[in-house]
Amino acid sequence: MSADLDVDAILADPDSRIIVCCGAGGVGKTTTAAAVALRAAERHGRRTVVLTIDPAKRLAQSLGLSELDNTPRQVKGIDTEATGGELHAMMLDMKRTFDDVVLAHTDPQRAQEIFANPFYAAMSSTFSGTQEYMAMEKLGQLRARDEWDLIVVDTPPSRSALDFLDAPARLARFLDGKMLRLLLAPAKTGGKSVFSLVTASFGIFSRVVQKVIGTQLLSELSGFVAALDSMFGGFRQRAEQTYRILQAKETSFLLVAAPEPDAIREAAYFAQRLRDDRMPLAGLVLNRMHSPVAAGLSAADSRAAAEALDASGESPIAADALRIHAALTEQSAREQRVAARFTDSFPTVPTVAVMAQPADVHDVDGLRSIGEALA
Amino acid sequence: MGGGSARSRGEHVTGSWSARLHVVTGKGGTGKTSVAAALALALARGGNRTLLVEVEGRQGIAQLFGLDPLPYEERRIATVPGGGEVRALAVDAEAALLEYLDMFYKLGAAGRALRKVGAIDFATTIAPGLRDVLLTGKAKEATTRSVNGRRAYHAVVLDAPPTGRIGRFLNVTAETARLAKMGPIKTQSDGVAALLRSPMTAVHVVTLLEEMPVQETLDAIVELDQLGIPVGKVIVNNARPPLLADGKPTQAELRRGLAAAGLPADRATVAGLHAEAKAYLARRELEDSLRAELAELDRPAIELPQLPGGVTREGLDVLADTLLR
Repeated sequence: MSADLDVDAILADPDSRIIVCCGAGGVGKTTTAAAVALRAAERHGRRTVVLTIDPAKRLAQSLGLSELDNTPRQVKGIDTEATGGELHAMMLDMKRTFDDVVLAHTDPQRAQEIFANPFYAAMSSTFSGTQEYMAMEKLGQLRARDEWDLIVVDTPPSRSALDFLDAPARLARFLDGKMLRLLLAPAKTGGKSVFSLVTASFGIFSRVVQKVIGTQLLSELSGFVAALDSMFGGFRQRAEQTYRILQAKETSFLLVAAPEPDAIREAAYFAQRLRDDRMPLAGLVLNRMHSPVAAGLSAADSRAAAEALDASGESPIAADALRIHAALTEQSAREQRVAARFTDSFPTVPTVAVMAQPADVHDVDGLRSIGEALA
Repeated sequence: MGGGSARSRGEHVTGSWSARLHVVTGKGGTGKTSVAAALALALARGGNRTLLVEVEGRQGIAQLFGLDPLPYEERRIATVPGGGEVRALAVDAEAALLEYLDMFYKLGAAGRALRKVGAIDFATTIAPGLRDVLLTGKAKEATTRSVNGRRAYHAVVLDAPPTGRIGRFLNVTAETARLAKMGPIKTQSDGVAALLRSPMTAVHVVTLLEEMPVQETLDAIVELDQLGIPVGKVIVNNARPPLLADGKPTQAELRRGLAAAGLPADRATVAGLHAEAKAYLARRELEDSLRAELAELDRPAIELPQLPGGVTREGLDVLADTLLR
């Protein structure tokens, strides 16, 4: 079994500035991020900001995020008297973040043209990589302000955890890539270049696009590209900058998983990817684990005893209790086996198990107890 | 893409699963893919052929059935006693676009060159809604395809995006209305939208008896209702049998029971069992209130049992049995 993950050591280290919580959808990333941030503020006296992506309603309320808010807000009602820490929370608003990027990099008139373009509206709210890109953008902005001791980031509920690393580069590639330039001015690239096959087929593509989706759309797209032209280069550069921050020593990735095959498989892909990209994986948080309290009693003995009690008609309540114990023991064993698929492949990655809570966490007390369990 | 066959309408339907296109959604982690696979197996019984479609590039079906990653091709993945079979298709938006362009514009090699410059990638990701039009369009094509005057598939089961994205995914007309006001894409999306709003379609929502999945189920059903897309069943996955219906055990009673069954009745074991039973009851109380919230929806609901051996082929057959019950 792997070494224990020491979350407190990371939180206490002043050189640790960014924690990224990542993993498959539905494994408790948002709650983990909030719990880690709360503990950093309360226990370690750090001025902390947590960037969450769409928290559960009641969790948002407990963090003072009852309305969508793209700027950090201080969380009240937490216990930082002894340590002097602070907790601020914000929820990513990807359209607002995109708008701000546009405003920061172009003149107001251009910005208005961009905002009015239907392509921009679609891309800033529905493009599959936009949320990931904007989460990275926001992280870059928060880091650049140098106002916080620690930034904790929750990552978007992507189709795959890897989208978080890939989508920003993909979006940046679109926004300053060859493709858009071709689309903008196919004539300029001419027929003489080495891209002749490409441009020839691109001509076909343009004609097909015109036929399929119409000239109206193409002219809107051209307008969009023309308006964004002043920002070309910026997107990729910024994505690369944030990427480098993610590789720096000041960053720790916390991989979050539930003991289910899909989540563990995603976690393994992600761990491998972080290793390949030389990004600092601090450890694995195994959420929602189960463990029997009556550890000395096997599942098989309990089931057999329950059946014996059924047959004799004695103590049906004890028979039920034994069945509950048997199911819990079996579930625990199954979870250990599933988790071992990760730990066997990555024996050097420290892990910590967090037991399943009786109810979902949606207040500061709940977050605090998750924080305890992590430490 | 292919038209429906009026003649095929009279074919045998399976119990309460009368739709032809079954869209399965649910919050991430609720077991959508397993439920979709079990439904495809169930509907293939009695000598039928069903198609299980995935659209998110996750290769969840291949993993579930222990297969190598599926290509963009309808391929048999399981046979069902009685001569039925399940085929699977992993739809790739890029491949679907190339197929579409080739079908209508004979693009061939030029299409592949477009892929190199990222044009296809561009079209399927940036163009608003085009990706979803292509993916749902493929599901529609398979649902309505006929071969020699007979339906190619008795039913198509779509392992769809999670609840958070399902409305946008299925609302193809609204998306393309912003994109194209006429032309083949418009015709195509109108056709898909009509199918998705007809009784031929049912969107089933998978949930667990946990707060977030139940909340997302309620939200998704409101959204689908507003879009006029028919909601099928609420499927509670991983339901555990109710125990301790007669009340809370006392430590004394547990001690008696353990002794009667010939097991050690030491203090630690008794206290441990007691704590486990208490936690179980607290959990069940929450589950019951969530179940009551779901019941208020007044929709057909099914509970699928937790599979003790995990999701194996045998386990999927157990789920299929329950779905048909």
